[in-house]
Amino acid sequence: MAVATEQEILDGLAEIIDEIVGIDKSEVTPEKSFVDDLDIDSLSMVEIAVAAQDKFGVEIPDDKLKDLKTVKDVIVYVQNLQQ
Amino acid sequence: MSTNQTKVVVTGLGATTPLGGDVPSTWSALLAGESGVRKLDWENVDRLPVRFAAQLAVEPSELIPKAQLRRLDRCQAIALIAAREAWKDAGFAPPVKRKGGKGGDDGPKDGFQVDGERLGVVVSSGIGGLHTALNSYDTFREKGWQRVTPFTVPMLMPNGSSGHISIEFGATAGSHTLVSACASSAEAIGYAIDMIRTGRADVVICGGTEACIHPLQMASFGVMRALSTRNDEPERASRPYDKNRDGFVLGEGAAMMILESEEHARARGARVHAIAAGCGYSADAYDIVLPDPSGEGQAKAMRRALADAGLTPEDIVHINAHATSTPAGDIAELTSIKAALGEEAARKLCITATKSMTGHLLGGAGALESVITILSLREGLVPAVANLEDLDDEVDLDIVRGEPRKLPDGPIAALNNSFGFGGHNVSVAFQRAV
Repeated sequence: MAVATEQEILDGLAEIIDEIVGIDKSEVTPEKSFVDDLDIDSLSMVEIAVAAQDKFGVEIPDDKLKDLKTVKDVIVYVQNLQQ
Repeated sequence: MSTNQTKVVVTGLGATTPLGGDVPSTWSALLAGESGVRKLDWENVDRLPVRFAAQLAVEPSELIPKAQLRRLDRCQAIALIAAREAWKDAGFAPPVKRKGGKGGDDGPKDGFQVDGERLGVVVSSGIGGLHTALNSYDTFREKGWQRVTPFTVPMLMPNGSSGHISIEFGATAGSHTLVSACASSAEAIGYAIDMIRTGRADVVICGGTEACIHPLQMASFGVMRALSTRNDEPERASRPYDKNRDGFVLGEGAAMMILESEEHARARGARVHAIAAGCGYSADAYDIVLPDPSGEGQAKAMRRALADAGLTPEDIVHINAHATSTPAGDIAELTSIKAALGEEAARKLCITATKSMTGHLLGGAGALESVITILSLREGLVPAVANLEDLDDEVDLDIVRGEPRKLPDGPIAALNNSFGFGGHNVSVAFQRAV
């Protein structure tokens, strides 16, 4: 898979979040926290992580998942692994 | 006896059934004698012994957003839909979104504000989230454990519906699920009555839900020879008391009611549909699927319902029978009715079997038929048994045929019977509010 730009990762993640928890794509911006701002629970985060792994072709182990608190954290994580 | 007991009234009704997406559409279809039974359009349906069922008239996806639906089993989604209708029907305000909680919304707050501390939930299912269990197992086998939805457990557990309803409405007095096969939601009503009588709650959302029309169920009930096999005329397959009945028709749906202490209902000026007068239970302790042929267990449940409600056999003008359209069961229940009420009182009342139109909702049946019993008392009208063309010679009680039957005026009472695999017998008594 080609390396995705920051915007592509953001768009892809917003699509996943819309699909899984029904939050409008426009709400998903880099500074947002999944738990505090988007009100996403831990089980939904598991689903989002699995969908993100499939979409971006990277592994997100459980011990990494707990450190990914904001949308930006996921973008940086995916970019680092893709490079 | 019911002397000095807190009186419990029904102030809200909700249902989504094979006949309609709400109570009014279901009720008018029942009076018109319509059938909710349809052919199944599944792939490989020809491999099944039974190729029809009573599926929902309105799909939950028409009312619940996709993202929420992903984490609800079908039986839970329809339980929420029916609970919302009952809640609104009772004149309650939409639930307030609590701090840190997930229920509620921020819409207009017209209506009575219920105190969550005094609000309970008792919602049953006989089977639970069967679709979820089987779909997740398919995913596991095809794609591995990581791809199984992390909501599998809360979606398949039979108490999931009760939990979701308690969250949505902020009910903290207690949330319960009684599981007793086809008697499950009748037990839920009985337990809800007791929650109010014992002072644990002022208001209880109670009822049942079932959505297990799945090839495995068609095979499992089919292999028991419990289902009708009238594949060429599905809408005529459910025919309680007819000579040519050959088994039940599987149905899906949910029905809920709001029970309230009379005092609480009066204080807020609520409209009362009927009095939830009492509930009687017994266990056959005979066989895991066959009812005790003596009918003594069923009769005991009816007698105990009368005693609990403080009613006499002469007060009962109508029974919504369990009558699933099986050759043995329908007649055995009539024998039990005579044993419970005495021949004379039994001959004076009229009996209907609405499973002839809705199919058999299993764990949802008791609640749906209780809703229908309440409407019959309120409207003074009993829907006729559908497909009753050739009355079984052994039927010697008054079955409502052809046209709906008018009920007399006054504080009349009725019973709703529900019996389940496992030998569970439950009879719920309702009385007209005058």
